[in-house]
Amino acid sequence: MAGQEQQQPKSRDTEVDEDVPAAPPAPAEGQASAATQGVDDLLDEIDGVLESNAEEFVRAFVQKGGQ
Amino acid sequence: MTAGVPGKPAGVSGGLPVGGAMRVMGSETEYGIHAPSAPGANATMMSARVIQAYAQVTRQRAAGGAETRWDYTDEEPLHDARGWTLERSQADPDQLTDQPPVLDAEAVALAYGRQELEADGEDESGTLLMNMVLGNGARLYVDHAHPEYSSPEVTSPLDAVAWDAAGDLVALAAVRRLAADPELPPINLYKNNTDNKSVSYGSHENYLMPRNVPFGDIVRGLTPFFVTRQIICGAGRVGMKQDGSRPGYQISQRADFFETEVGLETTIRRPIINTRDEPHATADKYRRLHVIIGDANLSQASNYLKFGATAMVLSLIEAGLAPKLEVHEPVAALQAVSHDTSLTATLRLLDGRRITALDLQWIYYEAAAKHAQDTGVADAVDGDGHTHQVLERWSATLTELGSDRAAAASSVEWLAKLSLLEGYRDRDGLDWGHARLGLVDLQWADIRPEKGLYYRMLARDRMQRLVDDTRIQRAVTEPPSDTRAFFRGRCISRFGADVVGASWDSVIFDVPGRGRLQRVPTREPLRGTEALTGGLFARHREAGPFLSELLGLPPGS
Repeated sequence: MAGQEQQQPKSRDTEVDEDVPAAPPAPAEGQASAATQGVDDLLDEIDGVLESNAEEFVRAFVQKGGQ
Repeated sequence: MTAGVPGKPAGVSGGLPVGGAMRVMGSETEYGIHAPSAPGANATMMSARVIQAYAQVTRQRAAGGAETRWDYTDEEPLHDARGWTLERSQADPDQLTDQPPVLDAEAVALAYGRQELEADGEDESGTLLMNMVLGNGARLYVDHAHPEYSSPEVTSPLDAVAWDAAGDLVALAAVRRLAADPELPPINLYKNNTDNKSVSYGSHENYLMPRNVPFGDIVRGLTPFFVTRQIICGAGRVGMKQDGSRPGYQISQRADFFETEVGLETTIRRPIINTRDEPHATADKYRRLHVIIGDANLSQASNYLKFGATAMVLSLIEAGLAPKLEVHEPVAALQAVSHDTSLTATLRLLDGRRITALDLQWIYYEAAAKHAQDTGVADAVDGDGHTHQVLERWSATLTELGSDRAAAASSVEWLAKLSLLEGYRDRDGLDWGHARLGLVDLQWADIRPEKGLYYRMLARDRMQRLVDDTRIQRAVTEPPSDTRAFFRGRCISRFGADVVGASWDSVIFDVPGRGRLQRVPTREPLRGTEALTGGLFARHREAGPFLSELLGLPPGS
């Protein structure tokens, strides 16, 4: 149990590239566009799971007080 | 200089290494609750439905029935750590948590209709189930108008993360059960802390401390740390002010709801340091520090640091080594820190210095690291097995917050959420007042993996895992092995049918053939462990002989 957290990758930047076809014109630029692509993919996926009618859904989330 | 002799465990540590990140601790999560198809439904009733649904789940799992009533005997919500007890007549009704909540029949009828309640809104004994003790040693119950999971006692930050995350799976199992019932409206649960309409509900931490540490030392030592620790463990919030009426993004879900520095209340005039003094243990040896200022965390890394760094700061306070600094107007400072996502604002200290929240965290880190090294618990090889990792992660996170925020976004929850929100803002040109950003904030905390945006990020490895899924799943049914939660949990899962009540410091048996109830006190949090009671459970399949051996009674008595 102890030490498990050390197995985590230090940086996430590289992970963003994973799903992206490797066709980098130049390393730096390629990385940047891959990161953008990763964010776009993520947002596309999340568009699909967000509740419809954001305004109404958020307005209806009313809680009673707690601690 | 009250405790913490270098290298030697203090008497009340019960054998846990002192000076670092290990101590008895636990979490409480009140979930936001919402039935989109039944907008007027009574929140207390819905919360009871959640408990009921989980009881159905466990009834299938444990042949004996893994549900148990709560024993209120030792609840003392009006005891103040500063040395007095609040008169009941002076207390806010919300503070009377030592009485079973009573569901008003009218409220029930309003929510679900009278006939339905009569048909199946009650358990076998005829009362609504509001309280369960689980086989993993946790408590699941209705607190005010929310379902709450209180984790079993653990001894390390990593275990705190595991058994807190197990609570999210317990809540998920209840949500699934309700969704499968065509007669009932589906209920969503959210691991967040505000509805952005003036209401907040808590995520609390509990830490066991020696009773002999003066409470004033705790207040002085913790306040600057609590004002600033949100930069490593805030969950992030869209909206400013209690009602969220000012557009913007802030670091903490909870900061805007705090109004005072020290106090007994938890639902009104919320204090940075809460003085509720219910040790749930031997009262002359221990206090249970009840921390109400934290955000509920889905991010495992933020949750880990919340418990780990706080436990280390308490070790500093116990040793009389907390940094000597005081923040000017802590409540205003707490909110200023929360509202400054650039982390550049400075706080005024009473000695006239102005430093950033990050500087202040570094000061605490340095003091905690030095103390842990001096006591030997921080050693990578010969230490306590936890403190070294907490220090590594704490310093790495502070470093990233200062110089590489993109890297910190995979661990620090408010930054992870902010990165997602910024993605939407960039792509769709949304301003902070746009409802879709509010929805992203809310749905971040949906506990269903297919709907919760934290879980979508986790699935893409955009959030770090500290505890693997198998271990969290196991923590749903298995108690921690090294605290009294082991005894409690095993009693429930093994002898559930014969257990009529339980609490943090008792398990009550009603064994057929015995004339009276048998209450087994469990007032020492580090007893009742697997090492001490595992053999007893292995030897007995029935509660009668089990109790006879445990209590030293002649067999069959």
